Amino acid sequence: MQSEALRLDGNAAAGQLREIFARDVTGAVATCAGCGASHAIGALVAYGQTMGVILRCPECEKTMLRLVRTPGWLRLDATGMSLLAIAAGAGS
Amino acid sequence: MPPNRLEWRVATVREARDETPRARTLVLDVPDWPGHRAGQHVDVRLVAEDGYEAQRSYSIASAPEDPHVALTIERLENAEVSPYLCDVLQPGDGLEIRGPIGGWFVWEASLGGPLFLIAGGSGIVPLMSMLRHHWRVTPAAPRDDRRVRLLYSVRTLEDVIFREELERMAERPDVGVTFTLTREAPAGWAGLRRRIDRAMLEEVGWPPSATPRVYVCGPTPLVESVASLLVEGGHDPARIRTERFGPTG
Repeated sequence: MQSEALRLDGNAAAGQLREIFARDVTGAVATCAGCGASHAIGALVAYGQTMGVILRCPECEKTMLRLVRTPGWLRLDATGMSLLAIAAGAGS
Repeated sequence: MPPNRLEWRVATVREARDETPRARTLVLDVPDWPGHRAGQHVDVRLVAEDGYEAQRSYSIASAPEDPHVALTIERLENAEVSPYLCDVLQPGDGLEIRGPIGGWFVWEASLGGPLFLIAGGSGIVPLMSMLRHHWRVTPAAPRDDRRVRLLYSVRTLEDVIFREELERMAERPDVGVTFTLTREAPAGWAGLRRRIDRAMLEEVGWPPSATPRVYVCGPTPLVESVASLLVEGGHDPARIRTERFGPTG
């Protein structure tokens, strides 16, 4: 299968992110640690859904967030993100 | 802050109806449903007896104002989940769901317009929730300005999901509905019949100066092509929201 067809939006990862964050973060603004561009989580480029999800910067394609499920664990690697700005009071 | 965890709930299928040969709507009773915003989705989880689990996301088709949650699902061949939802599940059956999910690809009347909705195939589903929401909460405008415009690309007329309802909506002066058929058109078809291109977006939609809110949903190649055409045409990327539908079903 072509990787193009597997590309989704960060919005598609909203359910998995809600397993970690107490609120919806698809509207939160993430800054790429690589190129410095800022985008809403929902506008990042997402790959994968079953074993976890990878969110990439739409500008430079750096991996900004990696969420992996392993038996008994959820592992979140956010080293590709220098900042995540969440509006206070943002609901679900 | 109150706990705001996303819990799995067992919904009950209240009604199931075929929309097209490949799409089916499941109307659900969901206990303690907190309500949703137009454009949001739910996760559906199926667990086999041996513990094998499959999880997919499906957009909500009903308006926030509707009394029940409706999911409209396209049957994908050789898939794990959608054939079960489309062919096996019957009224009275239970279905595990969690949601509503996603605060990014949403529209509510208070955000205003004009609105330009662009759908490919089953990408119509979350946009239908927005159209139904508009229909429920906005009185018909007296002017024929078609403030809410839908451009819907499908292979054949038979594949148009919600066709009757869309045609009925289009009778209102503030709603415009345009179909474009990419594979086959019935004899006498006077409408568009090609893939979405820049000329079509300009003809059907709004100029950048009208600062429309744009929502694009469908297969990844269509969504990416339309989003680039809009940005090249001068639309502000910040006003364009996309939802790519993946190939797993």
